[in-house]
Amino acid sequence: MKHLLTMEGVDRATLTSLLDDADEFYEVMHRPIPKVPALRGKTVATMFFEPSTRTKMSFERAAKSLSADTLSFSPGTSSLKKGESLKDTVLTVKAMGADLMVVRHTSTGAAWRVAEWAGVPVVNGGDGAHQHPTQALLDSLTLRQHFGGLDGLRVAIVGDIRHSRVARSDVWAFTTLGAEVTLVAPPTLLPPDLVGWPVAVSSDFDDVLSEVDAVYVLRVQAERGGASVFPSVAEYRQRYGMTNARFNTLKPDTIVMHPGPMIRGIEIDGGVAVDPRCKVLEQVTNGVAVRMAVLFQLLGGSKDV
Amino acid sequence: MSEFTLRNAVVVGRDGVLPGRNDVAVADGVIVDVGSDIAAPGESVDCEGAWVGPGFVDLHTHLREPGQEWKEDIETGSRAAALGGYTAVVAMPNTEPATDAGHLARYVADRGAQVGLVEVVPGGTITAGRAGIKLAHLDDLWSAGVTLFTDDGDSVADAGLLRRAMEYLAERDGVVAQHCIDAGLAAGGQMHEGAVSSRLGMAGVPRAAEEIVIARDLSLVRLTGVRYHVQHVSTAGAMDLVAAAKAEGLRVTAEVTPHHLLFDHSYVEQINPLYKMMPPLREPSDLEALREGLRTGAIDVVATDHAPHADHEKDHPWEEAPFGVTGVEWAAAVTNTVVELDAERFFAVMSTKPAEIADLDGQGVLEVGAAANLVVFDPLAKANTTRTASRSTNSPYLGRDLNGAVRHTIFKGEFTVRDGSVDNLVGAPE
Repeated sequence: MKHLLTMEGVDRATLTSLLDDADEFYEVMHRPIPKVPALRGKTVATMFFEPSTRTKMSFERAAKSLSADTLSFSPGTSSLKKGESLKDTVLTVKAMGADLMVVRHTSTGAAWRVAEWAGVPVVNGGDGAHQHPTQALLDSLTLRQHFGGLDGLRVAIVGDIRHSRVARSDVWAFTTLGAEVTLVAPPTLLPPDLVGWPVAVSSDFDDVLSEVDAVYVLRVQAERGGASVFPSVAEYRQRYGMTNARFNTLKPDTIVMHPGPMIRGIEIDGGVAVDPRCKVLEQVTNGVAVRMAVLFQLLGGSKDV
Repeated sequence: MSEFTLRNAVVVGRDGVLPGRNDVAVADGVIVDVGSDIAAPGESVDCEGAWVGPGFVDLHTHLREPGQEWKEDIETGSRAAALGGYTAVVAMPNTEPATDAGHLARYVADRGAQVGLVEVVPGGTITAGRAGIKLAHLDDLWSAGVTLFTDDGDSVADAGLLRRAMEYLAERDGVVAQHCIDAGLAAGGQMHEGAVSSRLGMAGVPRAAEEIVIARDLSLVRLTGVRYHVQHVSTAGAMDLVAAAKAEGLRVTAEVTPHHLLFDHSYVEQINPLYKMMPPLREPSDLEALREGLRTGAIDVVATDHAPHADHEKDHPWEEAPFGVTGVEWAAAVTNTVVELDAERFFAVMSTKPAEIADLDGQGVLEVGAAANLVVFDPLAKANTTRTASRSTNSPYLGRDLNGAVRHTIFKGEFTVRDGSVDNLVGAPE
């Protein structure tokens, strides 16, 4: 593995190897001194051209837990404001000695272009509505921790699939690891053509709810036009929200997941968000563990040091 | 002025391919004789294995001058066009300022004449400033020699305004050429809406965005009787609309670009902006239909939509890169490679019909007494895709294996391209 850009086409052995390493790093995170010297002397640059709270911090936490140094970049305070192109920004950061770049960008394929230019390993931290592979890894780890494995698991992903890089990543990771995935959304929030997707599709959330082991709730992405394609927030919540009432119809062992940030009152009710069966904060913790695994594997770190 | 004879070629004249191998003699800018083994003074140029026909005519070239000379100018664009076998190009009017008045059109034509490598025919806008709000100076443009009117880059969205332009130009027998994309349906669209856009998570441009504008415009053509030309047809359904309009007797023509003949939307999976253009690359079924349409006549001409952009504009993530690719140097090769037309049909779509649509005198005809605007095209040779004369390199054809090479281009009786090169011009025009 030279870069981590997508979940599409990544085989089961590769996913399993990353999750196995993540399990080990999860254990490291819970030591009294949660830090190993595996990537000492390496420099990880996080380049987020789009707002982010958890992903950027999570990568930086992961890098530091492996004793790597971090360089960080955020568009509001950078030369982007002066008109510098992505390519020049990448070459500049490379010239400072970055050994790996994590890139988030609003444009599809941005991480692929950076990989062409950078000459160092690149991790896609989210490109437009396309891919967000480390999210799929942390979601897979969360499911694996809870259920022991994904084989035969039934997962519903509900909400703004059309604009979701999380859905486009989870679908491939979950199904490669053996789960069955059903997408639930109004027609205007589904991708226009699902030929070749290993999924079932439904617009009836309640019909799907009673059968699934996990419900993955997506945020409505107002910033990508997600709010203009259904009649009103109230109607959306009525049909596709993970309301307290709907939560009570789930099987007792069904869990709820969400990639964050959650917008309580739209796609998820406050009562669900704080229920122990809502795994949002475990997902966040697992995010650090899988990102440690990804950085470790891409930078060829050694577990022996 | 030069005297020379192109010998031993498959010659395509006004009435089709002449039987056997033939010669074309040129003197003082005019075709003076056509036949086999003709006696003529001057140099003999052996054209064994090649087709000789009227020079290619492009109805859709972005020369970017005035206003965007860092992408291309009339000189670099003319050189690229000559290398592509062209003797005339219609310059798209989306310059800065837009070519919406006579003096701007005259500037483009005069610069073209000064460069002297191809006839540069100015296209004019339909609306002032291409803003879609009021008519451009149509009479003024007409008197400057403009016959083809387009707001290319945008559709004229207001049907009432378009109707007035059509009525006005119908009286002159001008051509209304439309870039057919409905702005609402295409809003934010980055590529063809389909399986690939769905996987890439990009906003799509559905086929309907193109077809809906054509369908509307055809109603206006019925109302006004204007000559109407559909630019860069990209879908099978759009082509069917054009074919039905022709069957009905409307004066409608259509062009297809080389990229819509060669590439489908799967090329976008590389997420390389060299495959980003509007209308977008469609599906294999569309390509098949367009190729067949070019053979049967449902589509009239190949037009390049040669759209230069500088590296610093195109070398970005997909959504930040502009639409458009260059290709005037290889349009003939692409057409020859993927559609495999016979010589007669090939010159019809590359030369004769586009010259007719733009009403160009002295272009698109090979016969004794006609202006010597000619191309010598070898359909079996490999195209040279290692270089471009354009100022910009945003071409998906560079480095690609294509069949068909322009050996010589002759404009007004002089070689503008000799042996596939503009560097060794023979008797370059003043």
